[in-house]
Amino acid sequence: MTGAQILIESLKREGVEVIFGYPGGQVLPIFDKIYDMDMRFILTRHEQGAAHAADGYARATGKVGVCLATSGPGATNLTTGIANAYMDSIPMVAITGQVKSFLIGNDAFQEADVTGITRSITKHNYLVKDVKDLAQIIHEAFYIASTGRPGPVLIDIPSDIQLADTEFKQPKEIRMRSYNPTLIGHPGQIKKAAKLIAEAKKPIIYAGGGVITSGAHNELRMLAEKIKAPLTWTLMGIGGFPGTHELSLGMLGMHGTAYANHAIMEADLIIAVGARFDDRVTGRLDAFAPYAKIIHIDIDPSSISKNVHVHVPIVGDAKNILADLLKEIKKLPDTSDWLKVVEGWKKKYPLQYKDSGKLKPQYVIEQIYKITKGDAIIATEVGQNQMWAAQWYQYNSPRTFISSGGLGTMGFGFPAAMGVKLGRPDKTVFDIAGDGSIQMNIQELGTCIANKINVKIAILNNGYLGMVRQWQELFYKRRYSQVKISSPDFVKLAASYGAVGILVTKKEEVSPALKKAIETENTVIIDFRVEEEENVFPMVPAGEAINKIIGGLA
Amino acid sequence: MRHTISVLVENKFGVLARIAGLFSARGYNIASLAVCETLDPEISYMTIVVEAKDEKVLEQINKQLNKLIDVITVTDFTKKEHLDRELVLAKINYAPKDKLRLEAIFNKFVGKIIHHKANIAIIEAVGDEHQIKALLEELNKFGIKELVRTGKLAISN
Repeated sequence: MTGAQILIESLKREGVEVIFGYPGGQVLPIFDKIYDMDMRFILTRHEQGAAHAADGYARATGKVGVCLATSGPGATNLTTGIANAYMDSIPMVAITGQVKSFLIGNDAFQEADVTGITRSITKHNYLVKDVKDLAQIIHEAFYIASTGRPGPVLIDIPSDIQLADTEFKQPKEIRMRSYNPTLIGHPGQIKKAAKLIAEAKKPIIYAGGGVITSGAHNELRMLAEKIKAPLTWTLMGIGGFPGTHELSLGMLGMHGTAYANHAIMEADLIIAVGARFDDRVTGRLDAFAPYAKIIHIDIDPSSISKNVHVHVPIVGDAKNILADLLKEIKKLPDTSDWLKVVEGWKKKYPLQYKDSGKLKPQYVIEQIYKITKGDAIIATEVGQNQMWAAQWYQYNSPRTFISSGGLGTMGFGFPAAMGVKLGRPDKTVFDIAGDGSIQMNIQELGTCIANKINVKIAILNNGYLGMVRQWQELFYKRRYSQVKISSPDFVKLAASYGAVGILVTKKEEVSPALKKAIETENTVIIDFRVEEEENVFPMVPAGEAINKIIGGLA
Repeated sequence: MRHTISVLVENKFGVLARIAGLFSARGYNIASLAVCETLDPEISYMTIVVEAKDEKVLEQINKQLNKLIDVITVTDFTKKEHLDRELVLAKINYAPKDKLRLEAIFNKFVGKIIHHKANIAIIEAVGDEHQIKALLEELNKFGIKELVRTGKLAISN
């Protein structure tokens, strides 16, 4: 078999259903084999779209997303998508063509040092130097991408290796002396955690993306209900706990609910599950949760005590640890007084917005929730649209909120939504976008139409790069510098691609437009002309303690 | 504060770049780095002297190194019994009359002359941090024209 054949055969054996990518000079041997393969190939309009689509597919399904690009510019175009997947611990395998082995280092046409460029944004990467290693490398790449704390793995394959012939050997079972993720929590640590929980008076559970990765949502819910602790989540943790649950406090942090932030600041015990105390969550570190002891459950030891001091670290898979912890908790804390206090904050500082008669972005999201009955999968872009989508839609199951958390990549949502739809064709898939973000990867409309990928794009069009405008308004005396942004006529744009466009300018048009969009068997753009200078509140200014909440009605 | 750590890694293409890249990407400082093959040619041994302002930074360095797929083990020698040595070569100003003075120094500290001509001598010395430091202070009196050092090697005992 040639290297190219081995690649296709190996991907098939790994259970790959769909590859997102773009051809080019140094992947011609691979595309010659793609011509005959029975896996689905989605030709995106830009390699960045391919990487985000593979990422979205992985987030929605839990499987490894696969993208493919040529050497040089093809590979560098993937890098934003790879970095995005890396920051959010998304399992992905990126395959790139490379110039012929003997030309490497020669500044050959379309050459870039791709393993060098991606070293710090991949969990691991490979430059294949011998076709005999290829099958084993691919097997190892999928293993590394999907186990432990998942992440993207890149395989760079010179074109002469793609053409080289060798016997295909079934890859060996992976045994790596240098990579053995800890899956089971240390029993002694779990005992200590159970003891702290029993002694707590004001416990709070703080859940992150690790809950979703490990599929620990049921155990998480059982824990919250068993110890009667309120629960807050990070952006990445959305969907890991039912948004409509009485113990839910919504998201915490910079744009979290006021009651979640007050609760974590007053808590005497924080049970962190698969979260990493990111700066958007903790605010000013030395003021964060001054009364709390911290139990930190995480599969990545380097996440523990990186930002905050942890009293009981438990390294391992969240699902396993929570199951063991549930068994270990015999004495329950009495949290009734605490829950009353928390309930008081919920009543005092509800999430709200002022209805001015103009079309409000929050209202649009609420309507999407209402009309889809909370059963859609929501992808978002980055900025105000993302925060409103996190605040105003209730997510009740994991893998239903698809958003660029760590890297904050504008242009992620739409191609990600394509990947989501391919992975979950049974679901209605929305991309909640801003007029700025959507223009970053709008070319993927072509991909949607050509492949009949039916996604709904809700643009909260305010004529601004809204989040930056908000910061300029609040912290730069309204000196609006380069945040006013023009857009094409999105209705016409949709039509020119063969999609459907709907313009919405009034509140009463929202619900009919959404219904029409959902009923339409095509990609639909809804251009919601929302209030231009609406802000995302509550808000904690960067570097402030997270109970120093400003703005609006918070 | 300086800490000595050793890292056993898979002896693969690009591993050194991964280690060095991790230090630069996360803002850690390498004071010295020595790399060599071990008895098992598939494994390399690195001795790294790092600057870490506190325990927390050191702990992160340790954990982040462990996270690299090609890293097999990381040993922090800060709290572990170990021996360390460094090899230095120093080119100093030299006149034949200095010979006795130098020999006295070498008797007291470490080092020997491995080469001399006209008005320079090259001194070779192997020793631990303190020995090397003391020697260099002495050699300074002659005028060191050039100095090369391997960086520290460490082994547990």
